[in-house]
Amino acid sequence: MVTNFLLRALDRRTAIVLIAILGVGILLPVLNLATDPSSPFHVPTYVLTLLGKYLTYALLALAVDLVWGFCGILSLGHAAFFALGGYAMGMYLMRQIGDRGTYGNPLLPDFMVFLNWKELPWFWTGFDHFWFAAILVLLVPGILAFVFGWFAFRSRVTGVYLSIITQAMTYALLLAFFRNDMGFGGNNGLTDFKEILGFDIQADTTRGALFFASALALAAGFWICRAVIASKFGKVLVAVRDAESRTRFIGYRVEGYKLLVWTLSAMMAGVAGALYVPQIGIINPGEFAPANSIEAVIWVAVGGRGTLIGPIVGALLVSFGKTWFTSGMLAEYWLFVLGGLFVLVTLFLPKGVVGTFLARDRKKPAEKPIEDVVAPGAVGQAAE
Amino acid sequence: MTSTIEPVAHAKAKDSLLYLDGVSVSFDGFKALRGLSLVIEPGEMRAIIGPNGAGKTTMMDVITGKTKPDSGDVYFAGDTDLTRLDEAAIASLGIGRKFQKPTVFESHTVWDNIDLALAGDRKPFATLFHRTSQAEIARVEEILDTIRLTDKRDWLAANLSHGQKQWLEIGMLLAQEPKLLLVDEPAAGMTDAETAETAILLQEIARTKSVVVVEHDMTFVRDLGVKVTVLHEGSVLSEGSLDAASADPKVIEVYLGR
Amino acid sequence: MVDMIQRFKALLAILALVLVAAMPARADDLKPLVDGLGKNGYAALREAIGALAATGDPAVAPVLQALGAGDLYVRKSDRAVFAATKADGGFALKDPLTGADAGTAGSRDVEKIRVNNAVREAVTSALGSLTLMSADPAKRRAAAADVFRNSDPAQIPLIDQAISKETDAGIATTLQMARAAAVLKSDAPDAEKVAAIAALQAKGGRDVLAQLTAIEASAPDGAVKAAAQTAITSIQGTLKLWDGAQNILYGISLGSVLLLAAIGLAITFGVMGVINMAHGEMVMIGAYTTFVVQELIRNNMPWLFDWSLAISLPLAFLVAGLVGVLIERMVIRYLYGRPLETLLATWGVSLILQQAVRTWFGPNNREVGNPSWMSGAFELGNLTITYNRMWIVVFALVVFATLMLVLKRTPFGLQTRAVTQNRPMASSMGIRTPWVDALTFGLGSGIAGIAGVALSQIDNVSPNLGQGYIIDSFMVVVFGGVGNLWGTLVGAFTLGIANKFLEPYAGAVLGKILVLVFIILFIQKRPRGLFALKGRAVEA
Repeated sequence: MVTNFLLRALDRRTAIVLIAILGVGILLPVLNLATDPSSPFHVPTYVLTLLGKYLTYALLALAVDLVWGFCGILSLGHAAFFALGGYAMGMYLMRQIGDRGTYGNPLLPDFMVFLNWKELPWFWTGFDHFWFAAILVLLVPGILAFVFGWFAFRSRVTGVYLSIITQAMTYALLLAFFRNDMGFGGNNGLTDFKEILGFDIQADTTRGALFFASALALAAGFWICRAVIASKFGKVLVAVRDAESRTRFIGYRVEGYKLLVWTLSAMMAGVAGALYVPQIGIINPGEFAPANSIEAVIWVAVGGRGTLIGPIVGALLVSFGKTWFTSGMLAEYWLFVLGGLFVLVTLFLPKGVVGTFLARDRKKPAEKPIEDVVAPGAVGQAAE
Repeated sequence: MTSTIEPVAHAKAKDSLLYLDGVSVSFDGFKALRGLSLVIEPGEMRAIIGPNGAGKTTMMDVITGKTKPDSGDVYFAGDTDLTRLDEAAIASLGIGRKFQKPTVFESHTVWDNIDLALAGDRKPFATLFHRTSQAEIARVEEILDTIRLTDKRDWLAANLSHGQKQWLEIGMLLAQEPKLLLVDEPAAGMTDAETAETAILLQEIARTKSVVVVEHDMTFVRDLGVKVTVLHEGSVLSEGSLDAASADPKVIEVYLGR
Repeated sequence: MVDMIQRFKALLAILALVLVAAMPARADDLKPLVDGLGKNGYAALREAIGALAATGDPAVAPVLQALGAGDLYVRKSDRAVFAATKADGGFALKDPLTGADAGTAGSRDVEKIRVNNAVREAVTSALGSLTLMSADPAKRRAAAADVFRNSDPAQIPLIDQAISKETDAGIATTLQMARAAAVLKSDAPDAEKVAAIAALQAKGGRDVLAQLTAIEASAPDGAVKAAAQTAITSIQGTLKLWDGAQNILYGISLGSVLLLAAIGLAITFGVMGVINMAHGEMVMIGAYTTFVVQELIRNNMPWLFDWSLAISLPLAFLVAGLVGVLIERMVIRYLYGRPLETLLATWGVSLILQQAVRTWFGPNNREVGNPSWMSGAFELGNLTITYNRMWIVVFALVVFATLMLVLKRTPFGLQTRAVTQNRPMASSMGIRTPWVDALTFGLGSGIAGIAGVALSQIDNVSPNLGQGYIIDSFMVVVFGGVGNLWGTLVGAFTLGIANKFLEPYAGAVLGKILVLVFIILFIQKRPRGLFALKGRAVEA
């Protein structure tokens, strides 16, 4: 059932995008490892890491777009899911340090020794195992999203109200994770990682592998989103976005749809966070900042919401712009640019770069919605 | 009080398709419905008329579960208490609603609009893995034919004319295969030709289903030629044929003033 | 009135005391007593100290201080006592009472008055009692508090003496308490001690609690211990009430801050359905306006400083209001009916404004001073209230009331309300809705600006000032119910007080988290807030 669900979404365009993402995922690490540093084709490790970070951002943007672009839920709290996934991974990486920390304590991470803790808190149990952390990377954001969504969607909190309480959610988590007694490293967060799955986290090969993993996750995320959107479920989502009460009156229980897509999206954001942390080497409460969530939204807006390529393009463009600006003399002006981007995109480019481009591309025939790639009625498939 | 009335109401509701008794709704002190009672028989077509603020839309809201009544009974098909159900559940029971302002899914194609409304499993996971069957395709084509939109099947609903949107919405109602159709001002904003055609369309539908039509347009109501209920200030003022209703002095007073 | 007369009497008494002390005749009376310090032997010296202290005359205090410091000398020739300092191989002599020059003496002509520990103790005790007799009520009050804290049984006679002379009722009460506390530590009979406990219990407060706890711990089982225990329970109960009151007070203070920050938002959000994420930055602009005004005043007209806030208020309103109108005209008006886009665009505006201020004024906190009437605190029972907090509460309520008047009683308010309730209808009635929108937005922003003036008094003025308020403000508006200013008022104070009540149990951060969680749950229950507008129109 699931295979079929995925396969029927694999049209030509989707396949091209998937191949492109995976191609980059393989090509860049190879160029990094196999070429001489003096070669013009060499990709320095720092560039690889930087681009790896962008890929995780792109996955986060995809997650935001899935709920915002297709279901009309503007989340100002997706950074929370991203950060929770990141913390789950960070806890695993913390346990891998073992007794190589500054204090050399074989049992406790440095910050716990520093806080005079005597034993590992219960919620750190199991994080010695990668598989456990990997499951929690999905489960923690998923469960939070499910509980939050269950309350919010059932009582029909919509529009700006929903946006604001998602923001309050991430804000509350931000405050909570700043506390030392939460047991997540407080202000400093989790850092000084040494190994992942037994490999040196600083080694070029590990970096390459992480980059590929990020590309793989992005490709998988894209494919899943595509399949969701192409299904009847996806059509219901768009219906909810456009006319929620109409959807109810033809018999769809809207809250169930929202809850499912919201939870899926949160889990995607969690995976993105989990891949982000080993590449950046640190996770701290700052990742929960409301500003981060809103920045993810602007990636989607710039790229084009309601398309699946848009958020990827947007995340890459804006992040690249940020790196370029903040590393040069213009660092001070980055916020002007970012702020201006918010204003200009909403005023003049509501469909985003990709959306506008696609709309122009398809103006002539039939004026179809951009997300609607599957043939109406799916006549072809029914034939089997 | 309700506890003593309920069994009686229940008994009365038994043979009806839709049964409203003593339904009251108020918003911040404003009484939108006061003790409204109405019975629709299976297979019946009924026109509801009444001036603005008579409570027509609120009545629809109560039946479809959008608004919960402060008091009163609402039963469907004899024994289903609608006041306990939400919109989706009521829709699944077989009550379809057409809004006053045509609401269709504008960024979906005409085909998809009908396809979404097609009767079937509405659960999220079911739709996620749903595969369109040959029978469903045939059904959509049949409905498109009924609402005269076959040649526009690949159009985005946003690009349809006002009248076409009204039809598409009626088509969506048909796709739901409801037992009861609630239609709110179907002729609003239509050309005369479209109005006449809509009346024919509704009569076609009424052959197999119960229909409740709320309408201002008297010509349209006359075209339908069915029993009429006149609402005023949240309760029933008069009931009967259109001619009888328009001869009722109370109706004349409300509609024409003294 | 009675109070005034009493104060006047006290003032007269003080004046009289000062005059008497300054009279040379008086100094002459004291002279033999001072010279008594020159007698040989420590016992005689202590006696002489006692005699001086017994005069109760503050004029002898410098003499005793000099004695304690080892600065008193006896002239061998006539056994007269002087304060002497070394000068040119000899000593410069001064009259110890008046400080008048009394010539010089060779180092052989004078002899230092030696002091041992017993003498030093006598000096300290005597000085303490003299401060109790001081002409300055502030000094007496401090001394009485000291005596109460030390509660030394040896001082009971001295305290009695002070009580008999005390004219200030407040100081007298403190002295009574001090006496009771001292009695508890003495070996007075149990009955007297129980009476003392009763007296202390009547006063209550944390100091008393500490004293009684010590007594309770050390006293042998019996009437005294039992009395102390009951007294402790009773005082703790009272203190809990006071703590509650103090929390309410803190809560009201926080609530007034929230109200100030949220009220402008309530207007823009309520009237226009516009989420203005740059609202916090309007507050910041108001605070920076205050900073600029104060800088100008400081550099040019320092005497105007106490008026700086009054001058800043209209300016902050204008500056922030103008920025608000500009934002509305340039951005928001193109986005009506698209609330989510508006939210994003105004977030962008907020980033730009923050960075602009950061570029202009620098990223660090800027110093905004408190005018004299805003600094300090006063006590009300066991409560401490700072003036700046109090004025902000008053200010918030005044702003609220004014806004209510504007909305209820002016044509502009009528139009605004009309637009809130039914935009198309208002428009077809000839109300120029764009104009109303711009002005409403300006009004909301302007109020945020004057909130900034108030907040500059209690918060750091930095480019991030506004960000700290935006989420809280939204919570207030959403909690209170959109489109209802009373809801905002109730919401602000409820959340403020809830926050402060949770803080002692859960800590500041956790308290805040709990409040956020509470609001999130609350919105589930009542998605449109406490005082929601109901009806069909809202749903549509």
